[in-house]
Amino acid sequence: MQDEPTPTELIKAVADFLRNEITPAIKGHNAFKLRVGINALDLVTRQLALEQGGDAAEAARLKKLLGLDASLIELNRALSEKIANGEVDLQTPGLAEHLWQTTMDKLAVDQPNYASYKRELGK
Amino acid sequence: MIEDQLGRCVASWYPGATGVTGAAKLSGGASQETWTFDIVHADGSVGAILRRAPPGYGASPGRAAGLDAEATLMQLAHDAGLPSPRVMHVLTPDDELGTGFIMQRIEGETIARKILRDAQFAKARPILARQLGRVIAGIHGLPALRLPKLREMSATKEIADLEREYRSFGWPRPVFELALRWLRERDPGPSKEVTLVHGDFRHGNLIVGPDGVRAVLDWELAHFGDPMEDLGWICVNSWRFGVIDKPVGGFGSREELFAGYAEAGRKADPARVMFWEVMGTLRWGIMCCGMMQRFRSGPDHSMERAMIGRRSSETEIDLLRLLAPRGG
Repeated sequence: MQDEPTPTELIKAVADFLRNEITPAIKGHNAFKLRVGINALDLVTRQLALEQGGDAAEAARLKKLLGLDASLIELNRALSEKIANGEVDLQTPGLAEHLWQTTMDKLAVDQPNYASYKRELGK
Repeated sequence: MIEDQLGRCVASWYPGATGVTGAAKLSGGASQETWTFDIVHADGSVGAILRRAPPGYGASPGRAAGLDAEATLMQLAHDAGLPSPRVMHVLTPDDELGTGFIMQRIEGETIARKILRDAQFAKARPILARQLGRVIAGIHGLPALRLPKLREMSATKEIADLEREYRSFGWPRPVFELALRWLRERDPGPSKEVTLVHGDFRHGNLIVGPDGVRAVLDWELAHFGDPMEDLGWICVNSWRFGVIDKPVGGFGSREELFAGYAEAGRKADPARVMFWEVMGTLRWGIMCCGMMQRFRSGPDHSMERAMIGRRSSETEIDLLRLLAPRGG
């Protein structure tokens, strides 16, 4: 067992330091790069918090939709193949809901400020 | 050092030029660079832009039109009265600056967030969509006989290219599969009309001033194809920068864009524009994935490229909003 603090706590501490202490001192192109870097750390924090629950729910939906048991990436490969060859489409019960939920879960980690995501959250 | 080379180059074709100052690189990967500089002249200095492939980087990559073609297209657009910089000089081997061209520098803004939010563009925003409709119609109407050699694209070819690129990543994306299937099923086939297509007509490649659009830049992806492609590409949600209810670049409506297009004597086909908007959304998503791949394989191992990989999910939600919209 690894000891405390957790990865999330460590990353948050670093991101907060960069945000609060370093950002005011940096100008020009490096200020832009610093912002990208802080965004990356924030993204990792969100992924650490949300990934497990999201992946488990996605795998459960895929198993039901496809009627097979495999790793998450294999399930996604199987679904991709079925969509590509037309076996499954938007008329297939559960497909649209699955794609929407999976995509919303991705955006919650990747870009929670993306305008389309915020609009869809309100639905 | 580049100032000395530029100074010698400029002196050979600009009467009275005594040198250049303020040379600064604006952007550039390994194979293509953009520089800004001022030509020193007794009558006052003149702003100029160098766009070049440095010596040793002759050939342009796969889809690129090539710098000579870009120069020809910009000059043709300028001559036709479209907002385009005047090309001042096409580089020759004697210039020892590589291949490319020097053009007039046009003052204005290319950063979308500023164009969409800053007070100085408040009067430009409501007129931009219609204006750009007229401009893109002008581009589609450039005299075919004078155009350079360019690749010819069709919807069918574009779908195949996108699919090949996506499959090369080896990473399953069911939403992209859905979009590819949707596009294949609705492929309108060869366009009745094939024209010059700018290929990257969107924020970042448009210089805007308080008075509206001042220049169209970056003809790197120009080709022959379905003119509706340009109208669809500028409506892609990724170029709305948060103002998602204004489909044209976050500043205007499709109706205004189409009205401007019609004012210049051309007719938009809304269904076909929508088809190209879906294609464009998928295209940007696959481009984001491609940047992630280049981050992994080097040479550009930057945070920015890595993080762009995490923006492809933005195009997935936009594709779902287009193909499987939810109520509410």
